[in-house]
Amino acid sequence: MKLFEYMGKELFAKYGIPVPKGRMASTPEEAAKIAAEIGGPCVVKSQVLSGKRGKAGGIKFANTPEEAQKAAEEVLSMTIQGLPVQAVLVEEKLKIDKELYMSITIDGSAKQAVLIASAYGGMDIEEQPEEYIIKKHIDPELGMMPFMARDVVRRMGIPIRSPHGQEIIKIIQTLYKICLEKDAELVEINPLVFSDDKVIAADSKVTIDDDALFRMKDLPIVDDRSPAERAAKELGLSFVELDGDIAVMANGAGITMATLDTLQAYGGYPKNFLDCGGGTGREATAKALEILLSLDPKAVFINIFGGITRCDDVANAVKDVYEARGGFPVPVVIRLVGTNQDIGREILASIGVEAFDFMEDAARKVIELVYNK
Amino acid sequence: MAIIIDENTNVLVMGITGKQASFHTKQMLAYGTKIVAGVTPGKGGATVEGVPVYNTVREACENHKIDASVIFVPAPATKDAALENIEAGIGVVVIITEGVPVYDEIEIVAYAKRKGAIVLGPNTFGIVSGGKCKIGIPPNQYFIEGNVGVVARSGTLTYEITGNLTANGIGQSTVVGMGGDRAVGLTFIDVLKMFEKDDQTKAVVMIGEIGGNNEEIAAEYIKEMTKPVVAFIAGKSAPPGKRMGHAGAIIERGKGTYQGKVEALTAAGAKVAPLPSDVPQLVKEVLGIK
Repeated sequence: MKLFEYMGKELFAKYGIPVPKGRMASTPEEAAKIAAEIGGPCVVKSQVLSGKRGKAGGIKFANTPEEAQKAAEEVLSMTIQGLPVQAVLVEEKLKIDKELYMSITIDGSAKQAVLIASAYGGMDIEEQPEEYIIKKHIDPELGMMPFMARDVVRRMGIPIRSPHGQEIIKIIQTLYKICLEKDAELVEINPLVFSDDKVIAADSKVTIDDDALFRMKDLPIVDDRSPAERAAKELGLSFVELDGDIAVMANGAGITMATLDTLQAYGGYPKNFLDCGGGTGREATAKALEILLSLDPKAVFINIFGGITRCDDVANAVKDVYEARGGFPVPVVIRLVGTNQDIGREILASIGVEAFDFMEDAARKVIELVYNK
Repeated sequence: MAIIIDENTNVLVMGITGKQASFHTKQMLAYGTKIVAGVTPGKGGATVEGVPVYNTVREACENHKIDASVIFVPAPATKDAALENIEAGIGVVVIITEGVPVYDEIEIVAYAKRKGAIVLGPNTFGIVSGGKCKIGIPPNQYFIEGNVGVVARSGTLTYEITGNLTANGIGQSTVVGMGGDRAVGLTFIDVLKMFEKDDQTKAVVMIGEIGGNNEEIAAEYIKEMTKPVVAFIAGKSAPPGKRMGHAGAIIERGKGTYQGKVEALTAAGAKVAPLPSDVPQLVKEVLGIK
């Protein structure tokens, strides 16, 4: 779960990482009030979860509360990458002497968290040459020790005993503390700025591990999904909408991807990615099929290779939807093998649905039905 | 030979009284797996499918020699369960549970490394040494004994491809599920090294997917291998995944794409199958079977 910038900064402030003066506003009037409190030039930043908001015009500067109100009005009426802007962050305009980069994320190859830092932060961080990017993997048994933070600062070319150096050493250790205490899979400050002798987090990107939300009761819930995505998420399923014709459901991320690959290889266009996971029961599978039908596809392709998923559960779910609707509005093609497949196939046969043995045969069949080829 | 587990492996089932665990205990026993004990705190003294249940792993270990354990407990309890098994000195710990917080996974993996235990998962289907032993949840009928090693990140896709191999009469030495999560116990290279040393294994099928850079790292080792490798990478048609800020992009630096993985593997001498159904033919070619 991604946090909005202002939420990330509230989190930083709570942990003692310096952030600019300011607050979130959801109306132009509030924005004017915050600007008056700041009492000088400020910046009005759209609060959206996508990147590239600066290039989309979602960041504006204002010298007076009136200008801030006008800027907020404009930004609050914008839609950035399909997402309507619902809030702005109004904060003091910083004097920026230097921009740095600092983040901690998970490195799956190393199976550890990794600190990434650069003395050359800002918009073009991804284009910086490898030698300007400092990486320090964090051994979970040691944690982020002060000596590691000192060495990162040294490698950034910043004097360890300078006010800047001392502050960054603190920030590095604090970021790792946030990661552990909030189960953050990403904390990113870009840019981290030098403003006179201060070091300030001018932006924040924080992503909380979805799998740890059960123990993060004190965090706000951020939700920017489409209705179908939300419905799938409520069932605990992973869903992405695409723009093709054939609605797809398979059990497992890998096989769902391979199912889309196979459909495309035979000339079909998938309408979505729906991984109904392992061990999804009869009721949830029926709801998942309803989500697929709600997309108004030209056909539905269900590809189940049952391990922990039982074929009888899937078949019963298909039968439940079939009976509740009095039939299917579009062809439903099913490949069904694995645990309890014979029971599953009998159930499907009882409603006149044939199950295929092989994914490729089923894929050809659904393409034949949709495209007459 | 086979790798990691064989017909002599004694297995403990963690959370054995649960619905999924008891169902799969029955399936594993039917495959021939030697399940000697189960553990569910508070249910000690019961039996599941004739297997005695203990309250703690230590108690089970006092009564049986245990070589491997398989964990079927809810995600919030998985770290405790995994560490309990590793701490008891069990050498192979298979974690089926999905949805385990990533920092819990990092701790499990680090502790296993210190104790010299092999961890499969979290979020794995398990491991099967064809005809000898199955630990985990794959359907029994698609795994037969033979000389092809299979290593994968993703479960169902492995059943798909292994099922295709079996349907073509190609059996497996061992099929290893490393787990689909970000921080799992083994990487491709760890398992490839085991297959390279295993007498029974004559060729390896590697099932990867887009994202991360484990396939690219494995490609470096494949160059040195004497045994042929056939690979399939899922996700050719997938939309670009959600980016994790800039940090993900900096970590991967252009790695992780379908094209990048296929190029790295091909350059290393592996045969890359365009579709899952192409794998058996490529395996036959590298093994010289007509």
